[in-house]
Amino acid sequence: MIPELGQFALSLALIAALVQSVLPMLGAARGNALWMRSGQASALAQFVLIAFAFGALMRSYIVSDFTVVNVVDNSHSLKPMLYKVAGTWGNHEGSLLLWVFILAAFGAAVAFFGRNIPEALKARTLSVQAWISVGFVSFMLFTSNPFTRIVPPPLDGNDLNPLLQDVGLAIHPPLLYVGYVGFSIVFSFAVAALIEGRVDPAWARWVRPWTLAAWTSLSAGLGLGSWWAYYELGWGGWWFWDPVENVAFMPWLLGTALLHSAIVTEKRDTFKSWTILLAILTFSLSLLGTFIVRSGLLTSVHAFAVDPERGVYILGLLFLSIGGSLALFAWRAPAMEGGGLFAPISREAGLLINNLLLATATATVLFGTLYPLFLEAITGDKISVGPPFFNAGFIPIMLPLMVVMGVGPFLSWKRADLAGVLSRLKLALALAVIASLVTWYVTTGGPVLAVIAMGVAVWLLVATSQEWIKRVKLFQPGAVARIRRQPRASHGMTLAHLGVALLAMGATASSAWKEDIVVFASPGTQLEVAGFELTFESIERQQGPNYIAQVATLNVTRDGKFVTKLYPERRDYPVAGSSTTESSIRQTLAGDLYASIAEPAAEGAKGKWTLRVLYEPLVNFLWIGTTLLVFGGSLSLSDRRLRVGAPRKSKAAPVGATPAE
Amino acid sequence: MIRAGILALGIAALSTAAFAVEPDEVLSDPVLEDRARAISANVRCVVCQNEPIDSSNAGVARDLRVLIRERLVAGDTDQEIYDFLVLRYGDFVLFKPPFKPSTYALWLSPFAILLIGGVAVAVSLSRRPRKPASKDTHLSAEEETDLAKLMKEDTSL
Amino acid sequence: MKRLLFALPLLLALIIGGFAIWGLSGGRDPSALPSVLISQPVPQLDLGPVEGVATPGFTTDDLVEMDGIKLLNVFASWCGPCRAEHPNLTRLGAEEGLTLIGVNYKDKPEAAAKWLDELGNPYAAIGSDFSGRAGIDLGISGVPETFIIDAEGVIRHRFAGPVVGDGLRRFMEALDEVRQ
Repeated sequence: MIPELGQFALSLALIAALVQSVLPMLGAARGNALWMRSGQASALAQFVLIAFAFGALMRSYIVSDFTVVNVVDNSHSLKPMLYKVAGTWGNHEGSLLLWVFILAAFGAAVAFFGRNIPEALKARTLSVQAWISVGFVSFMLFTSNPFTRIVPPPLDGNDLNPLLQDVGLAIHPPLLYVGYVGFSIVFSFAVAALIEGRVDPAWARWVRPWTLAAWTSLSAGLGLGSWWAYYELGWGGWWFWDPVENVAFMPWLLGTALLHSAIVTEKRDTFKSWTILLAILTFSLSLLGTFIVRSGLLTSVHAFAVDPERGVYILGLLFLSIGGSLALFAWRAPAMEGGGLFAPISREAGLLINNLLLATATATVLFGTLYPLFLEAITGDKISVGPPFFNAGFIPIMLPLMVVMGVGPFLSWKRADLAGVLSRLKLALALAVIASLVTWYVTTGGPVLAVIAMGVAVWLLVATSQEWIKRVKLFQPGAVARIRRQPRASHGMTLAHLGVALLAMGATASSAWKEDIVVFASPGTQLEVAGFELTFESIERQQGPNYIAQVATLNVTRDGKFVTKLYPERRDYPVAGSSTTESSIRQTLAGDLYASIAEPAAEGAKGKWTLRVLYEPLVNFLWIGTTLLVFGGSLSLSDRRLRVGAPRKSKAAPVGATPAE
Repeated sequence: MIRAGILALGIAALSTAAFAVEPDEVLSDPVLEDRARAISANVRCVVCQNEPIDSSNAGVARDLRVLIRERLVAGDTDQEIYDFLVLRYGDFVLFKPPFKPSTYALWLSPFAILLIGGVAVAVSLSRRPRKPASKDTHLSAEEETDLAKLMKEDTSL
Repeated sequence: MKRLLFALPLLLALIIGGFAIWGLSGGRDPSALPSVLISQPVPQLDLGPVEGVATPGFTTDDLVEMDGIKLLNVFASWCGPCRAEHPNLTRLGAEEGLTLIGVNYKDKPEAAAKWLDELGNPYAAIGSDFSGRAGIDLGISGVPETFIIDAEGVIRHRFAGPVVGDGLRRFMEALDEVRQ
């Protein structure tokens, strides 16, 4: 009964979305306040209905209701509760329901919190948001219904892919989706502004918190995904430039650009059409991601249930939403320029370079991801575009970006004194050079670019710290009070920039100077990695809730002294018929000692285990850096002046009273 | 040594599970082994979804890893090994597409995009009413006063 | 000019959309890999017989000397689809007068011999590819795969997957094309 109610709620949500997509828009055009306000009620109704549907599906998972096909296909009664819950979004239909749930949640949030947004803009924004809802809820109801029943119900389910039965991956999709889908509201704001024909600093100010919220969540989602790949897949990689990773990364990159260009639009009333375009494109890339993941257009390691028919439907939605919004942009945006003057050396110019580089990086990733498709269509040749291309195209764009990032926050609006700023940064430059030289001396081999990258990362780290010290006058009396008084958004910026520096260090070091040893091991086997001596002591069998594990015990010493014990596991999931690697990692700031085991393939090695031991220098800087990004984003978001729903007309606030990020 | 192991490997590849590069494939010469790992990381497994043979469990991937090591021991250069693979599987096996007419557009795209973007930025900046049509970078007297006034307002940073 | 600039994003999006439509249509299989050997002579192979099977092994030269169109079929006893396509290939060989050449891929000889005993042996020659090396030379991505080789010893078509059902129909189309 409850699944039927869930489906009914979904149908009602579609009706609410249909009403919301027309009425507030008409009301805004005719100045009918009642019609405009109806958007808030319908947005809330939509949210409640979809939340009910989502809850209904989750309930089916929790109670293991095997009369529902979706549950049969992706769950098992013995599965731990956390993964039963997470199973709700571990499949095409359920994840789509999560998608529209978040979409509706953002719509409701604007309706509920956006009290100060002008009535007409809000009404239009909610209508645009409802257009997207109509598209995706109908997509669900017509092609991907999660509530379909099965008669007769089987005794038990087929279990969720064991690789996905993991805490990190249980929360990765929701975070990723909040990011991905969160950009929808920014998109709606942009389209509403185009329809209205007006973009002003106030508009940018309303848009910024939503952008920041989506971006922060997407950062966390991407970080978690990488972390999961790192410890779960058993060979210590965290990014593979796979198409599906790229389509999640591109909205992040362009969203970062949007975050910065919206600041310029708010503070300086310029970059208007560019900010609008970024808002449209960022969400368009999210949609492209949804399309690519679910249509099977490109081959990826991250397989979803792929169905070209669904692909066609989503492609139709993309045509309407992306095509429509860009057509609107082409029509209305040319009238929107103007705004503040600035000199070639100024914060505006710095942010312009930031945007140029980020947009170039995004375009490069997009082009590289789609190029095999282009070439196959034109010549029939099949090629692969993999990590070597992306590293070659992406890193050289990121390095200058990080150099500029170090300088940017020092620059004042309108016109800045570059020579003066650079003279302040002598220390950063010196430390960067020293860092490069030390890296070059300490490491053996590895690409030259990696040595340079370490220097650039140190430059960014020091320059960002220096800027913060100068801003809060750390070494003068009353620093604590000044730190408190400074807007949180400015501290958020510093944290996020520091995060990027650490991330760059972690990414560089763990890729360029990784050590990797594979041996056949049986009790007594010894090996040495990066100065650690490891002894394979024993292996034993353990029974898990829905798996059987083989757990190895490794004793780790350094210079004869005991360091730690590692317990890598191999888990067999009989129901799902597959096995997973549970690596065991000794984490330190300097680097991770990483061990994983697997059954050997070679017949001569019966009774032995394939033991893989990695040493990944500085890899934890990746997670620390990502945490700083997320923390910085959250801190900025908690800033009173940026708080969702508390925007004021920027005219009322003195220009420049707020620091820029 | 490797050659003697080949027959056993053939059968071994039939059984499932295991991961990626296996200890018995590893060459005793660390320099050659490093080269082998680097090459395998750049070669795409033809039966998998989107994985390098270095991290794939598929039998064909394993065969290719062994083959690459064999050829390295026989003295092939990296390029000769890539050519050998391309001859059999096409450019598809290379994660790094070769630089040739069909991929000029790909390899030049980052530069082209940056260049176009840079020019667009430069053009749009130069069209701003920032200064008179001349190439003079100084602000007019009027703009200087405007700017000074604005700068005074600007208390941040 | 300015209007054109603002229309550029739309234009690019439409172009990408066009490619996406192409990519989704016409039963395109994104993971299918075209063979680079089409219109190329058969690569140099020298495969001994499968132990315990009376059928001889073959070399590429043997192949070229054989008359008419040849089907080079890569099979293994452990491969289920091979079993499914076997009767079709046997029938094709007999009815259409094609020479069947087998490549026994990574198979235990006893298992292969038993398999052929049970299902029948339509092959004029069977080379044993115990190491899988011939498989690599042929650029196969799995078993079964069947190559259509013309009278001159040039590979004209590569068919990945079992020759059954719709596969049989597509295989016959390819065969007709080669015959013309």
